[in-house]
Amino acid sequence: MQQQLLNAISIGSIYALFAVGYTLVFGVLDILNLAHSAVFMLGAAVTYSMVVNHGQSFWVAAALGLAIAAVMGLVIEHVCLRPLRRRNAPPIAALISTIGLALIIVAAVEQGRPEHPYLAWLWVDGANSVSFPISALPNPTWHVAGLTLEAAKVAVIPISVALMLVLGYVIRYTQIGRGLRAVAENPRAARLMGLDVDRMISLTLVISSALGGLAGIMFGLAQTDISPYIGRDNVEVKGLAVIVLGGMGSIPGAVAGGYLLGLIEIVALLLFGSNVRAGVAFAALFLMLVLRPQGLFGSSLSEKV
Amino acid sequence: MDFLIQLFTDPYAFYNSHTLLIAQIGINSILAASMFAVLYSGQLSLAAPGFMAIGAYTAVLMSLYLHTPLALNFLAGTLFAGVTGLAVGLPVLRLRGVFLAIATIGFIEALRLGVILNFPIKVNGEPITGGGLGLKNPDADPLGGINMVLIALAVVIFLMWRLTKGRLGHAWSAIRQDELAALSQGINVARYKMFAFVLSALLAGFAGALETNLNFFVDPNEYGVPRTVQILTFAVLGGTGNIFGPVVGSLFLTSLPELARGAKDYRDILSGVILIAVIVFRPQGIVGRGGLAIIRPRWWPQRQSRAAAPG
Repeated sequence: MQQQLLNAISIGSIYALFAVGYTLVFGVLDILNLAHSAVFMLGAAVTYSMVVNHGQSFWVAAALGLAIAAVMGLVIEHVCLRPLRRRNAPPIAALISTIGLALIIVAAVEQGRPEHPYLAWLWVDGANSVSFPISALPNPTWHVAGLTLEAAKVAVIPISVALMLVLGYVIRYTQIGRGLRAVAENPRAARLMGLDVDRMISLTLVISSALGGLAGIMFGLAQTDISPYIGRDNVEVKGLAVIVLGGMGSIPGAVAGGYLLGLIEIVALLLFGSNVRAGVAFAALFLMLVLRPQGLFGSSLSEKV
Repeated sequence: MDFLIQLFTDPYAFYNSHTLLIAQIGINSILAASMFAVLYSGQLSLAAPGFMAIGAYTAVLMSLYLHTPLALNFLAGTLFAGVTGLAVGLPVLRLRGVFLAIATIGFIEALRLGVILNFPIKVNGEPITGGGLGLKNPDADPLGGINMVLIALAVVIFLMWRLTKGRLGHAWSAIRQDELAALSQGINVARYKMFAFVLSALLAGFAGALETNLNFFVDPNEYGVPRTVQILTFAVLGGTGNIFGPVVGSLFLTSLPELARGAKDYRDILSGVILIAVIVFRPQGIVGRGGLAIIRPRWWPQRQSRAAAPG
């Protein structure tokens, strides 16, 4: 039971970290960035590939995975979002262009096999599911009071909590954070006040994608499962559930929603067995929206899209 | 390229060798029409695969256990989907925009993972729906089904075209453009929105039932979020200004993998690039304002907007 609770908090941290990036973009731009789960997967894939195929140490590989994820944020902005903003396109067009980018990223990793020279540096295992070799990173395991504490699973918790606190501080108290909030409130007014709105949006996407990539790396470590499909299968829709549970666009909400979803899943697992588990999470999502659409931490419901 | 060459040089052989592709385009067009019905009235509902699943499972289970004729199975599947649409619409239609989209995603995933995979009525200890293993459908008729699909598609296009041109269509347009203004003009917003939602459920249920006639197997994983994203892409990429947009969108995107076959392993990457390129250059969809021009040169004459003539 306590072991299950620990697992719930560990996976909840990953959900929370992923969802914070998701909700940050929604809060600033009012756009659902559906390429976020592909960036999550790319972070994990690049890190794995650097360790196994290029013989780097885990830390170098993770830094590189994080850097590539952050660069993907710029790609999302310059390829999918900025051209549409220039044309005053409806918000739903941005949904489609980010879906297109997600398709490209997943297909590129999926086709990463030795016979494709341009993609093989990125990934060589095609559609297979792999996990980090045990020698890549020491994973000390402690046994305390009947609990098994694996470093990879436990370390996720303080890292994500610390990061989310830092992000909360930056948004609340710094000049950059004030800029981001101004753009979220009213982009036109922000531009008239002399803010470089495009730069603020690029920054939002870089932060968001770096958090997504980091969540992917930690998922690969803690859940020992890396494949081109981890983003789509594990976090894409659950990430939506998390940001709705917490209130769209609210960062503390996304954090609380992440842990809540981890908990709901474990409770459903214990009560109903493994094959009902996912269905219960979505039933909770549906009920939450119908009964309290503003989420746990949302204030008022404003018209979006 | 062979694909296009054959289409123009030998359409008869093309029809015979691509029957399933053409039937799939037809099904996808009906699904896109279902998405169009809700988008046209300003609702971003992603519930289509859920209603498809209801239509498909109802039709197949009736044919397996009650041995009823095909037409009756289709009718029952469509109507059951419509009734479910009414029941789901009552609570969720109060939501707008992204919130409605996510609530409907919750609905389809709860239906698929919670209900279909763990259906309470069991046969030999297995759910009657076949659970995660799916359901065999020995009565399917993939080659004969195409005529039915094409006729159904023609009827659906005609129906939607007439509906959007009439009083109903104007009400939907008004609601899409400004719900509050429509309400103040005496339009019964709740009733028209509900009508669009139920119509979309009926169309999706019908398409789901039709699709079972093309496959010997009903796979529950077909009715998840990837499917709804695909249907949304058909409708938005084609353009949601009139019913022909979603049809063109499904025609284009369903045949895109065939067109991109020359790119071999890089096919999916190319499809993604084309998808982004089309939406960036035509955010209003392929069939939208500005005719079929992909990129309008700067010197091209702009169509004059029809302002009210003075006097």
